[in-house]
Amino acid sequence: MAADSFINWSLLALAAPGWGGVLLQGFLHSVEIAVGGYALGLMLGVGGAFGKLYGGPVLRDLLECYTTIVRAVPELVLILLLYYAGTDLLNQFLGAMGFETVDISGLMAGIFVIGVVQGAYSTEVLRGAIKAVPAGQIEAARAYGMSPAKVLRRITLPAMLPYAIPGLANLWLIATKDTALLAVVGFSELTLVTRQAAGTTKAYFLFFCAAGALYLALTLVSNLFIGVIERHARRGFAEQR
Amino acid sequence: MTDETTHALALVPEDLPKAESFLKPHRIVLMLLFLALVVAVAVFMRWDWLPRYLPRLGSGILVSLAMLFSTAILGFLLAVPLGLVQVTGPWFLKAPARLFCTVIRGTPLLLQLWLLYYGLGSLFPQFPAIRHSFLWPYLREAWPYGLAALTLSFAAYEGEVMRGAFAGVPQGELEAARAYGMGRWTMFRRIWLPRAVHRALPTLNGETVLQLKSTPLVATITVIDVYAVISKVRQETYLTYEPLLLLALIYMCLTGILVVTFRYFENRIPTRGA
Repeated sequence: MAADSFINWSLLALAAPGWGGVLLQGFLHSVEIAVGGYALGLMLGVGGAFGKLYGGPVLRDLLECYTTIVRAVPELVLILLLYYAGTDLLNQFLGAMGFETVDISGLMAGIFVIGVVQGAYSTEVLRGAIKAVPAGQIEAARAYGMSPAKVLRRITLPAMLPYAIPGLANLWLIATKDTALLAVVGFSELTLVTRQAAGTTKAYFLFFCAAGALYLALTLVSNLFIGVIERHARRGFAEQR
Repeated sequence: MTDETTHALALVPEDLPKAESFLKPHRIVLMLLFLALVVAVAVFMRWDWLPRYLPRLGSGILVSLAMLFSTAILGFLLAVPLGLVQVTGPWFLKAPARLFCTVIRGTPLLLQLWLLYYGLGSLFPQFPAIRHSFLWPYLREAWPYGLAALTLSFAAYEGEVMRGAFAGVPQGELEAARAYGMGRWTMFRRIWLPRAVHRALPTLNGETVLQLKSTPLVATITVIDVYAVISKVRQETYLTYEPLLLLALIYMCLTGILVVTFRYFENRIPTRGA
């Protein structure tokens, strides 16, 4: 009986009796959330990093609180808090403004919570990268009369990219894996779907290994792209080692 | 994972505020505002459930800490050979070690945890040999699976760190040890390992904080850690925010204590020049 459930490949079939299609659907959801959350996190991170480096004392302290809290509290707890608080606050806000409440889709909420967590991480990564840009380059840009926005766009962002990419690449991999935590709040991404499939069919090993293979494939494919991007960003740098 | 990334994910000692520069006028205003917020939370939210659950919360915290320290120690003991064989081992050890690190680091911890708990947990009872062995009373509980999953995960991440640390010890020091006639084991014990651990220490500390942040996952397989206690509170009192806020506070305190302890130990280790 054990051997049966171990190698019953038909369970992974894409069509209805098999669960392959459901698994791939969950995988797609995971990737969507990871991409959305990562993008939101990057935006928050750029803003946060610049706020931390160039903002006023109050803004700096507030951002410090944000990154400290996110780095000290488990993602799982943050996700629960943000998931409930985020949807609740939005609905209360809409109610106070006189609009009717909306039912926030799990996808949006997932992107929001992953984005806020990733925002704190990328704030720290980007801050370190910006500090690695030689100060003279930014001063030179200022001396040429560039506005702060132009300095950011033309000098700081491109110049910090080589320093930031290893950290940002790691954050992308973490974002893909953090989506699994949304299983705990009941969003049907890959891990939760896998558990449902495994629970229904009792073929635990098969499904968890299949999901693991999907995650691993995502990581390995990402690593290929990361390698290409890193090489592109580091062109013109003296080769290390 | 690089040093900087661990720093970005986990609180580290240099993030702690310095006493002399801490109190500034705007900070005092911010702190007063924060105090007002805390008072508002304490007054306007419901906390009457707290005394009833205090003992259970205490034991939950102890379970979380036990999980953290046991898995960190066991994981580190696994990580040393994992890192070492990747630097100096023969290919038939190097390849599996690298494969192990890649697979564990490439899949979510939650999935590994569920694979072990539901997968192995459903497999074991089918073998009478296991069911009649002395391990069976333990294997029927949840915590061994949580311990195993967290240990393996820590070992994989830490193995990667130790690989870099072992490779980064200057060759000259190892040559000097050999020139003094040290055997391979003595050299490893006296020179290579201490130097590698010293180099890896900041990252190790960061990874330990990350490990603390991973421990609540074991609550999903029915281990009663502090997260599980808080979930229980939420089910029984129908409160959403209060227990979660308390949980966040508990974890912040735990992280803070951990980071302060690490700073103490880091400062005790003499470094050249600093």
